[in-house]
Amino acid sequence: MAKQSASMSRALQRRENTAGYLFMLPSLLFFVGFVVIPMILCIFTSLTDANMNSSGHFVGLNNFIRLWSDKTFREALVNTLVIVVVSVPAVCAFSLWVSSAIYKMNGKLLSAFRCIFYLPVVTGSVAVTVVWKWMYDNYNGIFNYILKGTGLIEKNINWLGDPRFALWCIILILFTTSVGQPIVLYVSALGNVDQTLVEAAQVDGATNFQVFWKVKWAQMLPTTLYILVITTINSFQCFALIQLLTSGGSGTNTVMYHIYFTAFKLTEQAGHFGYANAMGVVLALFIGALSALQFKLAKEK
Amino acid sequence: MKISSPKTRAYQAACMILIVILALLFIFPLYWILTGAFKTAADIYDPDPSWIPKEWTLDNFGKLFSRRPVPLFDIFGVTGPTVPGAVRWLINTVFMAVMSMLLTCLTAAMAGYALAKKRFVGRGIIFSLIVCAMALPKQVILIPLLREMGALNLWDTPWAVIFPTVGWPFGVFLMKQFSESIPGEILEATRIDGASELKTFATVVMPMIKPGIGALAIFTFINCWNDYFMQLVMLASTEQHTISLGIATMQSETSIDLGLLMSGASVAAVPIIIVFLIFQKYFTQGITMGAVKG
Amino acid sequence: MEYLAYADGDDKVNTALTVGGAPDLVLEGPQRLVSNWGNGGYMVDLSDMLDETDKSEIAASALGCATSADGKLYMYPLVMTAHCMAVNLNAFQEAGADQYLDLDSHTWTTDDFIKAVEALYAHYNDTVGAVFCAGQGGDQGTRALVNNLYGASFVNGTHDGYTWDDPNNIKALELLRDMDGIEFDASLAGGDEIAKFYQGILKMAFCWNIQQQTDPNGAGTGTGKTLTGDDIAFMAFPSQDGSASLCGGWWGFGIFDNGDAARIEAAKTFIKYMCDSEHTAEAVKTATFYPARSAAEGTDLSNVWAGNDLMAEYNKLLPMLGEYYEDTKGWTQARTSWWNMLQDIGEGAGIAETVATFQAEANAAG
Repeated sequence: MAKQSASMSRALQRRENTAGYLFMLPSLLFFVGFVVIPMILCIFTSLTDANMNSSGHFVGLNNFIRLWSDKTFREALVNTLVIVVVSVPAVCAFSLWVSSAIYKMNGKLLSAFRCIFYLPVVTGSVAVTVVWKWMYDNYNGIFNYILKGTGLIEKNINWLGDPRFALWCIILILFTTSVGQPIVLYVSALGNVDQTLVEAAQVDGATNFQVFWKVKWAQMLPTTLYILVITTINSFQCFALIQLLTSGGSGTNTVMYHIYFTAFKLTEQAGHFGYANAMGVVLALFIGALSALQFKLAKEK
Repeated sequence: MKISSPKTRAYQAACMILIVILALLFIFPLYWILTGAFKTAADIYDPDPSWIPKEWTLDNFGKLFSRRPVPLFDIFGVTGPTVPGAVRWLINTVFMAVMSMLLTCLTAAMAGYALAKKRFVGRGIIFSLIVCAMALPKQVILIPLLREMGALNLWDTPWAVIFPTVGWPFGVFLMKQFSESIPGEILEATRIDGASELKTFATVVMPMIKPGIGALAIFTFINCWNDYFMQLVMLASTEQHTISLGIATMQSETSIDLGLLMSGASVAAVPIIIVFLIFQKYFTQGITMGAVKG
Repeated sequence: MEYLAYADGDDKVNTALTVGGAPDLVLEGPQRLVSNWGNGGYMVDLSDMLDETDKSEIAASALGCATSADGKLYMYPLVMTAHCMAVNLNAFQEAGADQYLDLDSHTWTTDDFIKAVEALYAHYNDTVGAVFCAGQGGDQGTRALVNNLYGASFVNGTHDGYTWDDPNNIKALELLRDMDGIEFDASLAGGDEIAKFYQGILKMAFCWNIQQQTDPNGAGTGTGKTLTGDDIAFMAFPSQDGSASLCGGWWGFGIFDNGDAARIEAAKTFIKYMCDSEHTAEAVKTATFYPARSAAEGTDLSNVWAGNDLMAEYNKLLPMLGEYYEDTKGWTQARTSWWNMLQDIGEGAGIAETVATFQAEANAAG
C-alpha cells in the first residue's frame, strides 16, 4: 500500500482522501458519537470516584487496584472467561459436525434443518429466556419432570439455583442461540470445497479423516475464523440471560451484568460510576486482547 | 475407504438420528411458548405437564391485550386513541427495527465501500478501531452513553436505541468484505467516463453489493427487534416500551402468570420468525458470501 | 406517573437519575425514598407540609421512618401494613397440619410451625416452604422469619450494627436448613416465591402482606384463593411464645428535586390531595393497605375498611408491628449481605462462620 500511495500523484491522493472521508462521514458520525466518545469518557471516568451525585475526583488507578481485590468482580471475570472459552469452541465444533452431516442433503431438507437451528436466534433473547426459565424451573419445569419420570434423578434439581449447574444452564441457552449462523456458513463452505482436490486425495489413498483435515478443513479456514469472531461477539451478549434468569446469583455473575448492577442496583450507595467504568475498561482490554489474538491467527493462515 | 462401506453407513445413520433429535430439541422451546400461550392456568400448573393443551384458550391473549392502556401515538403533541400497551409496543418495535435497518444499511454500505476501495490516509487506523469495537458489549459504555443521551435530550425516545445500534460497526465490517470483490477496473472505467463519486457509488457499487445489503438489512432488523439491553436502559415510560422490554417487565411483575408471559413471548417471536422465513434465502446467500470473502 | 415494579424499580429510577430525567413524583417505601434517594440528595424535604395537626394525626411509626437522621421528611406517608406469611389452608387440612394454626389470632408457636412442616412433609414428601435467596426484594420475609423463631433481633438497640450472629438467629438458621420440607432456594426471589405459592406448589409463603391476599397480581383467582382454588390464610411468623414481632411496610410520596419550583409546588399539591384531604380514604382503598394517619382534614380514617371482613381481620396483625430498624447504618449493604449469606448457607456453608463473615461485611459498611 505504501508503494502504491507513493506512486500516486498528490492530487490523486487528495481526491482519494476527500472521497474516502465523505463516504465514511455518516457512519463515523454514529460510530464516533455513540461508541468511541462514550468509550473515551468511560476510560476517563474509570480514573475518578464519580457516582450519581458528583462527577468525582481523580483517583488514579485506585479503582483498578480495588477491582483486583474485589472477590465478586474476580468471580464475574472468571465466569465471563468460562462462558467464552467453553461456548466458542463448542459452537464451532457442533456446527461443523451438524453441517457436515446435512450439507449433502437435497435443497428442501437442507434448508429446513438450517432454519430449525437458526430459530432460537430469531426467537429473541427475552422470549427465549422466559420459556427456558419455565423449563428449568425447580418445581414445575419440564426438565425435572422428565428426569424424574424416567427415574434418572430422585429429587428435583434446582437448575438455576444451584451453583453447580446454573452457569452451565446459561451456557446451554447461549449455545442454542449461537449455532444458527455458523451452521449456515459451514454448510456453504463445505459445499464450496474444491471436489477435484478431494478426489485427488482419495486416489492417493487418504483416509476420510485425512481428506477432511488436510483438504476440507484447510479450505474452510477463513470461514472458521469468521465464525470464531462472530461467536466470540455473541458470547459477550448474554446480559439478558443473566439478568432475567438469575440476576447474577448462583455463581452466574458476569462482568457485563456486574457493571449494570454496580451502576444502578441499590448497593450500599447507588451508582459507583467510576468503579463500574473501571470494570468496563478491564472488560474492553480483555476483549481487545482476544480480538487481537484472533486477527493474528487470521493473518497467519 | 469407499463412502458406502457398512460401517460408514451405520455411522451416518446414527448421525442422522441424532441430528433429528437435536433439531426437535431446538424447536422445543418455541413449541413450548406457543402451546403455553394457549393453555389454561389449570393446565399450566398441573404437576403432570400436558404436551398438547388439554383445552385451547385465548384468555392469555385477552389478558395481554387488555393491560397497560397507552396512547396509540404521540407525535408533535397530537395524542392518538388509547390502546393496550402491547399494540403500542409492537409499533415501537417495528419503528425502531426499520429505522435502524435503513440507517445502518446506508451508512455501512458507504463506509464499507470507502474502506475497501479508497486509499485515504488513516484508513488502517479506522479499520482497526472498527474491528476492536465490534466485540465490545454495550455494557462497557453504558454509563457515558446514558449521560450522553440525557444531555442530547434523546433518553426515553426511540432514537436513544437506534443511534447506538447504527453506530455499532459490525455492518461496516461486513460491507467492507463485500466491497473488496468489486473489480477496480470497473471503478476506474466509470471514473474515466467522468462520473462523480456519488454517481459511481449509486449506479455501480450499490448493485454489486446488493446481496450484502440485503443480508445486513435482515440481520440488523432481527437484532434490533430482539435487542433487550439498550431498550432496558434507554426507554423508561410504558408508552415507549418495545415488545421485548414489555414482556421482561411483565416477567418481573407477574411471574405468577406463565400463560400471560407465553402469550407475550409468542407475540414478540412470531412476527420476526415470519419475516425471517420469508427473507431467509437472501439472508443465507448474503451472510455466506460475506464470510467466504474474509 | 410511572409505576415502579417490585423487582426492578430501583434500577429504573437510578437510570433516570443518571440522565437527569427522574420523574417528579414517586410512590415508594422509606428504604428507597429516605435511605437511598433522600440521603443521596435527590429528594425535596417535605417537612413544611406538616403542621401540628398533621403530626398528631400521622402514626408515629410512619413519621419516624419517613424522616431522615438529620430531620428531613423525604416521604409523605400514605399507607402502611404489616408483613407476614401465608399458608395454603387446604393443603394444611389435607396433611392434618391445620390443628397447629390459630386462625382466630393468626399466631403460632415455633413448635407448632415445626410440627406443621413435619406433617406437610410427611404428606407431600416434597418442598413445602422456600427460604428464597435471590434478588433484592422481599427480604423482610426472611428477616422476620429468622428473627422470630427463637426471638432474636436483626440490629442492635442503637441501630448502628447488625446482630445476625445472635445464637438465637443461628439456631433459627440451623433449624430452617435442617428441616425436611424447607429448602433454601437461590433460584427464587420474593416475587417468585409468591408465584410458586399461588400456583399451589409451595404450601406456605414468607413474603406476604394483605395486598397479596386481595389482589393476586390480577391473576383472576378471586380474593384469598390460589390459582388451584385453595384457600389462603395469613399468619404471623411463628415464635416461641406465639407473640411475633412483625416488620412494617410503609408507603408514601416523595418528590424528586428537579430544580423547578413550579413543578415541585404542583407535586406538593398532588400529595396534599392524595394524602391529606377528603380523597385520602379513596387513595388508601385503592392501595388496599391501611391509612398511615387517623384522620385527614376532618375525615376520620380509622373506619375506611368498615364492612370489609378480610381487611378488618388483617387489622389484627397491625398491633404486632415491631420497631422500624431499616434506618440502621449501612442498610443497603446489609440487605445484599443478607441475601448472599442465605445463598451460601443454602449451598451448605458452615452457618456460624458464614453469618460472621457477612455480618462483618454489613457492619463495615456502616
